[in-house]
Amino acid sequence: MTAKLSNAQIAWRAAQDIADGAYVNLGIGFPEMVAQFCPAGREAVFHSENGVLGFGAAPPAGQEDWDLINAGKKAVTLKPGASFFDHADSFAMVRGGHLDIAILGAFQVAENGDLANWSTGPQGVPGVGGAMDLVHGAKRIAVVTEHATKDGRPKLVDRCSMPLTGLACVTRVYTSLAVIDIEDGRFVLREKLPSVSLEDLQSLTGAKLHRDGPVADLIVPEL
Amino acid sequence: MDKQIATLAEAVAGIPDGATVMIGGFGGSGSPIELIHALIDRYLATGGPKNLTVVNNNAGNGRVGLAALIAHGLVRKIVCSYPRTTHSEVFTEKYLAGEIELELVPQGTLAERIRAAGAGIPAFYTPTAVGTDLADGKPVAKFEGRAYVQERWLKADYALIKAEVGDRHGNLRYRMTARNFGPLMAAAAARTLAQVARLVEPGGIDPETVVTPGIFVNGVVQVPAPQQEEDLIRAGARYP
Repeated sequence: MTAKLSNAQIAWRAAQDIADGAYVNLGIGFPEMVAQFCPAGREAVFHSENGVLGFGAAPPAGQEDWDLINAGKKAVTLKPGASFFDHADSFAMVRGGHLDIAILGAFQVAENGDLANWSTGPQGVPGVGGAMDLVHGAKRIAVVTEHATKDGRPKLVDRCSMPLTGLACVTRVYTSLAVIDIEDGRFVLREKLPSVSLEDLQSLTGAKLHRDGPVADLIVPEL
Repeated sequence: MDKQIATLAEAVAGIPDGATVMIGGFGGSGSPIELIHALIDRYLATGGPKNLTVVNNNAGNGRVGLAALIAHGLVRKIVCSYPRTTHSEVFTEKYLAGEIELELVPQGTLAERIRAAGAGIPAFYTPTAVGTDLADGKPVAKFEGRAYVQERWLKADYALIKAEVGDRHGNLRYRMTARNFGPLMAAAAARTLAQVARLVEPGGIDPETVVTPGIFVNGVVQVPAPQQEEDLIRAGARYP
């Protein structure tokens, strides 16, 4: 079994690329962890689809106010400078190109930037939420994900086989093994864990990993 | 002008069978639980209204509010973005049994369709859902080289919403993220009924802080200490 990053470590790595002053939307679940790891001295403002900019960490148990929640319907707190707005304004921020980055989860990402993250197929109850809106409009769409599925199948693929969330939208993928950009319809390897060989990484990836200059070591703290 | 309605029962008395009803809220935040429960009371007493089409972001949680409305069989169809949540057993059961129809709409498209209806815009183009299953059968057009999907307005006969403060002219101010769909739905429905925790005289809300102007609101009913869906679910509540 190859050593790989934990979800917290993947989130940490993604957080290092958030610029001071950025307006950021984090997908529900795992991507929410990114907020915990924003580097000191950089101030990012977090957007939630349900109408708040500038929310902070969860309140202590018992002090929740259920009129102050995030898109995952979890109680949050406010940071100084926060604002409230209705759903039309919230999605104007999303589609109107006002967010600097959205960081989302994925079932599959294709080398052309297609993303599948909302439906595993026709069975059960479907639900899309804001996923299809978020992939259009934010200046950059990043994905945080395991590099492969639990049974070892690639999540980075030549073409998504699962229902699409958006076409050609993803620009960078932070995985449990590597950091990969999507440029001109190709996966371009930027960083990889030093303990993982290029061959092993390629074998866990469903499309060719290109190199464009040196591949840096992916170094992440113990978390 | 006095848009105050004395009781919740009077507020929901006119909603007919087959009506399209927008219900404010994102999960429990902003959900007008008392208005929904008044509708259930009316249904249990009179057998109506039924065959409702409900527009909401979700499809109810636990056994209260919107979930209870569905459980009691008032709802024929739901238009929402995310019906699958931690406590959405009622909807899931009805859906898998084929007893309720679902129109799944991306959240921003849902918001904009409602906004468009309130603004008198019958259709618009959005990048959301281009190339996905949720754009099947919809017209696509290119603008500045990029593809967009045509979506249509979403109107309603009634909107049931929740605000923090209201006055007798129907001006409303919300509380934190409980605002969400409220202002949009208020404008999109032929008749909008708002439950407010505090009812004040005209002038009691600073005009600079009115979020929904009274022109969009037809009736205001005071519910001084509204219940929160999340608290009710945690307490295992069931309505009635």
